[in-house]
Amino acid sequence: MLNKYPAWKNILILIVVLLGFLYSLPNLYPDDPALQISHELTELSEGDMPIITSALEAAEVDFFGEELNSESIRIRLSNLDDQLRAKTAIEEALGDSYIVALNLAPTTPGWLQAIGAGKMNLGLDLQGGVHFLMEVDMEAALNRRMEDNLSNVRTILREQRIRSRGLNLISNFHLEVRFANTDDRSQARSELVDIFPELQFQNREAEGVFILDMRMTPATALQIQNDTLQANRTTLLNRVDTLGVSEPTVQQQGSDRIVVELPGMQDPAQAIRILQRIATLEIHLEAELGAPSLSYETYNYEGIPVNVDNDVVLQGDRISNAVYQLDQNSQPSVVLSLDAQGGNQMNRATRDNVGRMMDILLIETKSRTITSVNEEGEEVEEIEFYEDKELIMHATIIQALGRQFSVTGLTPREASDLAPLIRSGSLAAPMTIVEQSVIGPSMGQENLDQGLLGVQVAAGLVVIFMLIYYRAFGMAANAALIMNILMIVAVMSSIIPATLTLPGIVGIVLTVGMAVDANVLIFTRIREELGAGAPPQQAIDAGYNRAFTTIIDANLTTFLVAAVLYTIGTGPVRGFAITLMIGIITSMFTAIVGTRAIVNLIYGGKSVKTLSIGKYRKKATQDDLSIAAGK
Amino acid sequence: MLMTEKEIDFMGVRKLAGVASIILVIVSIVSLAFNSLEFGLDFTSGTSVRLSYSEPVVVEDVNQTLRENGYEDAVVVTFGTDRDIRILLPVDENVAVGEQAAQAVVVGELIAELLQSDSGSEITLLGSDYVSAKVGGELVESGGIGMLVALAIIMVYIAMRFQFKFSVGAVVALAHDLIITLGIFSLFRIEFNLNTLAALLAIIGYSLNDTIVVSDRIRENFRRLRKGTPLEMVNTSLNQTLSRTLITSLTTLLVLFSILFIGGESTQGFAVALIIGVVIGTYSSIYIASNVILYMNVTREDLMLPVKEGSDLDDIP
Repeated sequence: MLNKYPAWKNILILIVVLLGFLYSLPNLYPDDPALQISHELTELSEGDMPIITSALEAAEVDFFGEELNSESIRIRLSNLDDQLRAKTAIEEALGDSYIVALNLAPTTPGWLQAIGAGKMNLGLDLQGGVHFLMEVDMEAALNRRMEDNLSNVRTILREQRIRSRGLNLISNFHLEVRFANTDDRSQARSELVDIFPELQFQNREAEGVFILDMRMTPATALQIQNDTLQANRTTLLNRVDTLGVSEPTVQQQGSDRIVVELPGMQDPAQAIRILQRIATLEIHLEAELGAPSLSYETYNYEGIPVNVDNDVVLQGDRISNAVYQLDQNSQPSVVLSLDAQGGNQMNRATRDNVGRMMDILLIETKSRTITSVNEEGEEVEEIEFYEDKELIMHATIIQALGRQFSVTGLTPREASDLAPLIRSGSLAAPMTIVEQSVIGPSMGQENLDQGLLGVQVAAGLVVIFMLIYYRAFGMAANAALIMNILMIVAVMSSIIPATLTLPGIVGIVLTVGMAVDANVLIFTRIREELGAGAPPQQAIDAGYNRAFTTIIDANLTTFLVAAVLYTIGTGPVRGFAITLMIGIITSMFTAIVGTRAIVNLIYGGKSVKTLSIGKYRKKATQDDLSIAAGK
Repeated sequence: MLMTEKEIDFMGVRKLAGVASIILVIVSIVSLAFNSLEFGLDFTSGTSVRLSYSEPVVVEDVNQTLRENGYEDAVVVTFGTDRDIRILLPVDENVAVGEQAAQAVVVGELIAELLQSDSGSEITLLGSDYVSAKVGGELVESGGIGMLVALAIIMVYIAMRFQFKFSVGAVVALAHDLIITLGIFSLFRIEFNLNTLAALLAIIGYSLNDTIVVSDRIRENFRRLRKGTPLEMVNTSLNQTLSRTLITSLTTLLVLFSILFIGGESTQGFAVALIIGVVIGTYSSIYIASNVILYMNVTREDLMLPVKEGSDLDDIP
């Protein structure tokens, strides 16, 4: 029958609407102010909890819902104003090495969480937070790699007993080895060429010396830059996790920058402390007895002085992973994994040194403020950077090691501390903060309130207009519009975890304006059919059918544009593109299928004389032309 | 049925509209070339001065003090608390790039002193840095590439669904809208920031939507109607889609004006850009795309290719 949907189609639409409603529901539950407490290096235990709760009680802060998971403790507060006071109290009670972060905890009821419904993530501009742009020092990364190559070449030449007249690092891309004769050079070249596939070899003669040039190819340099950036990004992600921010963003920007966004975070100094921690690892051997005192440095390891040889066996960026494990004897151990070249280096260094001790150093660049008096007698504060080296592992080499090896003989606590320390400790290259901005929570709230008000007023105006202009059909379009907003919110909350930003809200608002376009197309088409003398039921059917192609063409092109913007754009452009894409899909569903269902329910299967769709002009009859549509 | 007297003869003034558009585009390009755009700090380099007050600070007062003392372009924002502010200054063109950082320190001290003399509260200079514009530059680049890729994809899609002449029409209309919107921004010195960039992207979507709806009708009429010159058919199509074009523009403008007046300061630039874009987009979907199609001598044969279509085209031979 014309204009009658089969029952299953109506039920399907109803289910979609219900799902939309259900999954947008969590957004109505406001978050609790909360504190997230973690330790810089280790995991938290039950023992930390009473210290925290008694500190809060002493400070007379109302709290509830304290939760402990392996990495952090979360405590909810009943009052937003208490947050800062509670933070100070806990910091004083626990001391410096703990991190207390201001946070928000969701209050979504369990049954909603059980079906996977959650809140929409708000971007920095809507809930406040800190934004950092960090630049990775690529020159340092390249330099480190080339230095590494240089010391490898030296070792190989020594092992193969090939005499050289010296090795020089000409630039970060170029190193040279000098030989006394061509025989040595060609022998060296044939040895080295297979070991360093990433380098280009070239012979050169100068001042009677035979030189072998080894240059990094541009492709390799690019690869190193890319790897370095990814490694740093991973390290940052690990560190950001310790801050307990709900939805952090750590994103690559351009070829050498990383954007870090911490929504809800209000304390940039603390974030910097964690993010800026420039730590690297180095693996050394213990100095041999009687070694010259210039060739080693002495460190303190659990109260015992240890002499560590100055030669670096392996840089920390060669360590790809470190995990805490129980070995076959149920003893705690840390399993370290190295990359391919790291494995080779490790093997070469350890096979002749079984029985010696291996040491891992954690090197942190820290800053301190120094107060001094200048010529004018004023006190001046200066920030000084210094390296803090700590011996974090001291263990015996039992056999030649390869790409993967385990460190045993540790207490369970030591082993579980060491793994995350090694993992998060190694930054592939130093980074500097080139841009930093903080958006206050009040400003975020203001943006959000104004944005939402904008959506409400805009939707209200459009609803009124459609009702006046298209009567009953306008009502169907309005129902579709509301359904559409619900569905966008539901999709952004649960299905695609998109972050809502200010441009995103504007994207939704714009969809509101443009979503009615599909209905306007359909309804003007129905009016036209009526004007041409078609009976109401046929006019409805023809109107929907004829407008369909147009709607598809128009929406598909816009969708393509949004998809391109999403792929190529960054930040705000992406936020806008994603809401636009979601909006196009949901609006096509609600405007075509949704309104049709409502119209069918009203008019379908009955004999109808007129449609409540506003005024239309009948074609060709001169008298009626004066009632031009709606103007 | 084809041409009643009451139909508006849009294409009658097509030469005039064409000339008007060309003049507008030329004016826009000239203005962009000489005036450039008023880029916000999102895009340009500048100095960022961070200050901490002992008392809560009123941003308007700081703004006023700065204005009165020759820092007209300074942007003041609060950061973190109501006692900390950040002042953003555009880059001083007379200073060499290598010395910008040193200059930033001097400017920071000058500003701190100036504000201290004008305020009862104790002011501490937290730091002043030179912020480089590379971020903005990369975004402009990727945004620009994005637009070119988007344009190419649109052309291919329209050429497949319609015909190549329609591709040219749509893209010319799109370029027309973007250039004139940018031109207006440049002429009236309206700040161009990330929000306005997003608006430009939205204009692409909007303008395209409008053009496709009109082209769709032209295609349909070419296939259905046996009589009439291309010009008459385009005119009929424009009249048939007129009420839809106006209503959609109206609802979109309703939305945009409510963002402009209610949505808060940070979305105003967006709203202004889009309002300009929607007005120009509406005009161009009537006069530009169709005009280009006619200039390229669109014929019935262009659209008679056996395109596999739905039920709405049952009357093709």
